[in-house]
Amino acid sequence: MLHFSRWKMIAILAVVLVGILAAVPNLFSKETVDSWPSWMPKRQLVLGLDLQGGAYLLYEVDRQDYVQRRLRTLVSEIRTAMLEDPRIGYSGLGVQGQGVQLRIRDLSQLDLVRQRLEPLRNPLSNSLLGGTAVNEFDLSVGSDGLVQMTYSQAGLTQRVRSIVDQSIEVIARRIDQLGTVEPSIQRQGEDRILVEAPGLGDPERLKNLVGQTAQLTFHLVDGSFQTGQAEPQRKPGTIVLPALDSPGVNYILEEAPLLTGEDLTDAQATFDQRSNEPVVSFRLTTGGAQTFGKVTQVNVNRAFAIVLDDKVISAPVIREPILGGSGQISGNFSIQSANDLAILLRAGSLPAKLTIVEERNVGPGLGADSIRAGKIASIIATVAVCAFMVMTYGFLGWLANIAVIVNVIMIFGIMTILGATLSLPGIAGVIITVGTAVDSNVLIYERIREEFRSGRSAIASIDAGFHRALGTILDANVTTLIAAIVLFYLGSGPIRGFAVTHAIGVATTIFTAFTFTRLMVALWVRWRRPTKISL
Amino acid sequence: MRHLRLVPDNTAIPFMRMRKFTFPVAAFLSIMSVILFFTVGPNYGIDFLGGTVIEIQTKDAKPDLGKIRGELNGLGIGDVQVQTIGDDNSVLIRIGQQPGGEAAQQEAIAKIKATIGDEAEFRRTEIVGPRVSGELAFNGAIAMIVTFAAIAVYVWFRFEWQFAVGSIISAANVVVMTFGFYVVTQHEFNLTSLAAILTTVGYSLNDTVVVYDRIRETLRKYKKISLGDLIDRAINDMLGRTVITTMTTLIALLSLYIFGGEVIRAFTLAMIFGVIAAIFSSICVAAPVLIYFGLRQDALDEKKKDADAKPQKA
Repeated sequence: MLHFSRWKMIAILAVVLVGILAAVPNLFSKETVDSWPSWMPKRQLVLGLDLQGGAYLLYEVDRQDYVQRRLRTLVSEIRTAMLEDPRIGYSGLGVQGQGVQLRIRDLSQLDLVRQRLEPLRNPLSNSLLGGTAVNEFDLSVGSDGLVQMTYSQAGLTQRVRSIVDQSIEVIARRIDQLGTVEPSIQRQGEDRILVEAPGLGDPERLKNLVGQTAQLTFHLVDGSFQTGQAEPQRKPGTIVLPALDSPGVNYILEEAPLLTGEDLTDAQATFDQRSNEPVVSFRLTTGGAQTFGKVTQVNVNRAFAIVLDDKVISAPVIREPILGGSGQISGNFSIQSANDLAILLRAGSLPAKLTIVEERNVGPGLGADSIRAGKIASIIATVAVCAFMVMTYGFLGWLANIAVIVNVIMIFGIMTILGATLSLPGIAGVIITVGTAVDSNVLIYERIREEFRSGRSAIASIDAGFHRALGTILDANVTTLIAAIVLFYLGSGPIRGFAVTHAIGVATTIFTAFTFTRLMVALWVRWRRPTKISL
Repeated sequence: MRHLRLVPDNTAIPFMRMRKFTFPVAAFLSIMSVILFFTVGPNYGIDFLGGTVIEIQTKDAKPDLGKIRGELNGLGIGDVQVQTIGDDNSVLIRIGQQPGGEAAQQEAIAKIKATIGDEAEFRRTEIVGPRVSGELAFNGAIAMIVTFAAIAVYVWFRFEWQFAVGSIISAANVVVMTFGFYVVTQHEFNLTSLAAILTTVGYSLNDTVVVYDRIRETLRKYKKISLGDLIDRAINDMLGRTVITTMTTLIALLSLYIFGGEVIRAFTLAMIFGVIAAIFSSICVAAPVLIYFGLRQDALDEKKKDADAKPQKA
């Protein structure tokens, strides 16, 4: 038990050294570490949002909102399909729950209806499952003339999956434009997106940027008319939308948009040359510019509304045809809000509405307070435990202390190497490891005492003590390790943060007890050749 | 130099005879915890109930709690709890789940921010929506069950089934008692509290396995003594270690409790309680349970014979 070959000794010390070296960069500031030569370890511990401040936002695709929007377009698709030659007579076309339904007048046309609607079922290719397509809608044509197209479960699942992928791209583009934060944007589960922005001081701005669907549309204003009344008389084919800035003001607009955000090629925040106010100027695609030119030509002196997410930003009157393919949006912007709108327009719109289902923001001040408290507590805990060990075991207590300190440094080293995140519960994990890592030494020393008291020689006692204690240490720690691993896979948030440090702590404890502590005691035995054990 | 000795050598405390007293105490505490859990119930935090917590810190003046409370109660966002935490300038505002889904939570918080305005720094904002809170509770429960199952299997493989069942009963006892602690103190029960409970599960198992390991070894060494005496002997042999380890763990946790800051104070307090419960449980529940399950000494002998037949390291 107490014999170590030279190579074994070197290997153990090498592992310990690597662990310690990996932890070293954490003692210095980010700037200092960046200036080090390239061969030195530079990775630093990732601090959790609770320690460095920042925003944690969990978004979920609003399925209901998406389905309702999609069904509305399906209604107009069906309307168009029914108009083809020969025309099909129907009534009661409309959204009904999770689907669209209508009633056919002439029952002899049922087969024709089926033919017309079949392509609208919209097969979605599923590249993940190797080409099997699922239909977005289920179609049922009843012999009584009732036709129903409902969203299929598989279709919705698939749709939501691609919405999440697309949204992640859009969000990444948006935050990228902000340039100041290094966020992580991840899919979570089937329909969720987790956005974490460490070190962010202004979570509201991030929420505005990430959460807006940013669907931009241009509509002609119906008549010469804007109103303060909620629901004035309106013609079919028009919609009533509220103004963004003036509460109570509503606009009546033609429902079909002239242009959408997809017709834009570029958007920039600039200043209006006359009024010197911040505005957003945009450029249109060739196709968009043509449409816009044509429409503005015939509609001089009418107003058109610029609509963002169902709210009217502004409704300027067309003074002359706009042919150049560029224009500007004004509307009481500050420099920052003009800039943010430009970012949103450049990055594109989200395919569906996202709602925040969980939000946790920690201000940088609180994070700094927590880390200071955590540091103080850790140092005091370590000093107090060390003092207790020396009082109890004397010289061997010092060896145990070295082992425990090496243990803690290695936890930080391994976490740095793995890129694991240190959170506040993580610090608690380290502290409980300090408490229990001592246990392995206590088990060994108490065992040695027992053996010595039962009459063995000092060296034989030490040997037997290690031999017997190590089995116990292994069993006890593997049990704890299992608990920590399960927690890591099943837990979330603080539980996970705790499980990581605890699992690593248990692993390093087993390692140090089996190798490093044993090596230190072995070297001491070889050096002092003790005949008595004072424990 | 004389070393500190908290436990004299050769103790012979009759733990198993004491079980007539300690076992009912453990059972009583567990049952009381369960009863309290269902009658009084823990003070669930927003992680499990949904809702919003905001921590603000006023810049210079001391916050006027009455004024804040009055203003916020006028917002029509249900019952608003306002309390100071930590230093005098920090205020914790808690509001319940808003009816009307996810977006309603955001509206409520916007109202609060508008009311409080620039007078204070927003240190922390946590909003947990209705769906997520349900999932967090469910996942927490699943985590606990899977942990128990995995451990039971490990202990069963390494020891005997009686030990596996015993360690789970003992750990469950710790969990229930720590739950009871949360109910009695009415500390907020949130995800971090769950982490605290699961930690004590880990600690309890660690401790139980150390005791069991010794019992198994003693069983192999002494064939003639009764099981009760054997267990007593094993626990007494380990008593020095148990006390020292408990001391070091408690020292570490106490420093975290005193110096670790407001955010995790309740968390550490629960762990301190849990560690004490774990020690009590591994001596007063895990060990006597073996007797009740009729652990047979010859079962271990069979195993030992097998092990001896095949030359392998013990």
